[in-house]
Amino acid sequence: MDLYEYQARDLFEKYGVPVLAGITATTPDEARAAAEQLGGTTVVKAQVKVGGRGKAGGVKVAKSPDEARAAADAILGMSIKGHQVGTVMIAAGARIAREFYFSVLLDRAQRSYLSLASVEGGMEIEQLAVERPEALARVEIDPLTGITPAKAAAIARAAGFPDELVERAVPVFTALYDVFTGEDATLVEVNPLVLTQEGDILALDGKVSLDENARFRHPEHRVLVDDSAANPLEIAAKAAGLNYVKLDGEVGIIGNGAGLVMSTLDVVAYAGENYGGVTAANFLDIGGGASAEVMAAGLDIILGDAQVRSVFVNVFGGITACDAVATGIVNALEILGESATKPLVVRLDGNNVEEGRRILADANHPLISIATTMDDGADIAARLASKVK
Amino acid sequence: MSIFLDSSSVVIVQGITGSEGSKHTARMLAAGTRVVGGVNARKAGTTVVHGETELPVFGSVAEAIETTGANASIIFVPPVFAKDAMIEAIDAGIELLVVITEGVPVHDSAEAWAYAKAKGNVTRIIGPNCPGIITPGESLLGITPATISGPGPIGLVSKSGTLTYQMMFELRDIGFSTAIGIGGDPIVGTTHIDAIAAFEADPATEAIVMIGEIGGDAEERAAEYIAANVTKPVVAYVAGFTAPEGKTMGHAGAIVSGASGTAIAKKTALEAAGVRVGKTPSEAAALLREAIGR
Repeated sequence: MDLYEYQARDLFEKYGVPVLAGITATTPDEARAAAEQLGGTTVVKAQVKVGGRGKAGGVKVAKSPDEARAAADAILGMSIKGHQVGTVMIAAGARIAREFYFSVLLDRAQRSYLSLASVEGGMEIEQLAVERPEALARVEIDPLTGITPAKAAAIARAAGFPDELVERAVPVFTALYDVFTGEDATLVEVNPLVLTQEGDILALDGKVSLDENARFRHPEHRVLVDDSAANPLEIAAKAAGLNYVKLDGEVGIIGNGAGLVMSTLDVVAYAGENYGGVTAANFLDIGGGASAEVMAAGLDIILGDAQVRSVFVNVFGGITACDAVATGIVNALEILGESATKPLVVRLDGNNVEEGRRILADANHPLISIATTMDDGADIAARLASKVK
Repeated sequence: MSIFLDSSSVVIVQGITGSEGSKHTARMLAAGTRVVGGVNARKAGTTVVHGETELPVFGSVAEAIETTGANASIIFVPPVFAKDAMIEAIDAGIELLVVITEGVPVHDSAEAWAYAKAKGNVTRIIGPNCPGIITPGESLLGITPATISGPGPIGLVSKSGTLTYQMMFELRDIGFSTAIGIGGDPIVGTTHIDAIAAFEADPATEAIVMIGEIGGDAEERAAEYIAANVTKPVVAYVAGFTAPEGKTMGHAGAIVSGASGTAIAKKTALEAAGVRVGKTPSEAAALLREAIGR
């Protein structure tokens, strides 16, 4: 789960990472009041979970409370890469002497942690990594020992921090590592980390991603969840405990196992090329169980999507037996009654497949058609949702 | 022959008394796995019964190894206890450790891996959040249905459980040396490269099928490895060509962010390494048949 900048700022403050004062606002008047409270020059920053907001006009310097009000008025409601801005942060201004970069993140390749640091902060780090890889220090971090003061100094030196700054960078790096481990983050990034003309090191921006698997030891993370950007169907699915992602197409998808469902989206899109560009309407993994209740809850969400014209149920009965899945589908249609209106293509394979297909055939439900392979099922479902008359 | 697991593997189950542990112990026994006991500190000294087989429950992995000579373990405990279970197994010097548990915090996985490394990499970890490993006809250490396919010349490595089943099903008439599901988390104990290296060295494996998915760069790194080290034919399938950016597709590791982690980037890298990539599972299966002429 990605955090907003102001949430990252608050976490940084909690762990003793030096940050500037910042106040959030959702209206221009609130922004004006915040700027007044902070005094002096402020920066009004769009709170969105995508990069490139500066270039998109989502960051403005304000020399007075009135300017802050005007800046907030311009930024609130703006769309940055498809993300609507609902909140701005008014941050105290800083006199910047130099801009650095620091991050700590998961290293999938080494099954470990990695710290990246550079004295050339400010720009997009992906760009820096491509254009001047030698300017970006990569230091492996052992999860058992972490970023000790000695390790922090080594990172600063590897990144090319001047000697007189290494000592000042050390407590900032160790505190940022404390955020990483203490909050079960998968990424803690500061860009830019600045040196002010007064000689202080400050985290001027912050990007933090939290591991949702660690929620059981961080009940406090629940309040950081922000559903404002999520689709209403996704919110309803989450409430029902379903692993659902809304997509743009016409074929509703239900399957078991993340990989098989992802694959189903692809196969439907390929089949859909023959029917005017039909694609999947959603990702929905009902997991191993596939009981009638879960199937009904899943179908209910999918049929609530006005864009859906047909539904493809693609289940490989591994642990789950196909007869149980078939019974689940039939019962789910009974539960849904007249609200089930769209054709259902069902492909079952694996454990007890004969019995499963027999149950579907015996039910003889007008909405159900049976496919014998994944490719056939995708083709039938795409045809039923065809955009071509 | 096979990789990592065979009929001589002696297995214990951590979490044998729980509902998942119990269900899959029965399935593993039915598949021929030499399960010799389980671990649950609170139920030490008791036994569990599956059909004709009565299995002892031990207080610790070390005790279980001492008594039974086990060299492999499988973990079914809830996510909260998964790290401690891994550390305990590593401390006891188990050789093969499969972690089925879904929802393990990634810092716990990273620490367990670092711990295994610090202990000299005696323990091969598979998972977490994976279906485990099966050497058809010999042994099952995981939750893969043992009846999909029998022994044969194909080595299969996959991030996804159900795609492992789907691909075994597509190629069920040919059969598998070993099929291994490495798990969909960002940090896993055994990578595509580890499995591919083992398949390359395994005389019973004639060809390799690799199943990947969006997110990370494991497939790209595997491609580099294959180009430099693998002589056997490799066929791949990558799931998630139509996945949008910024949405996690079920697996914590399956997310496209910016230009990185896309299926097309993975396909391009694999093809550059001489790997033939199917657009769908059935197409990948057809390519594999072509590669070994069956």
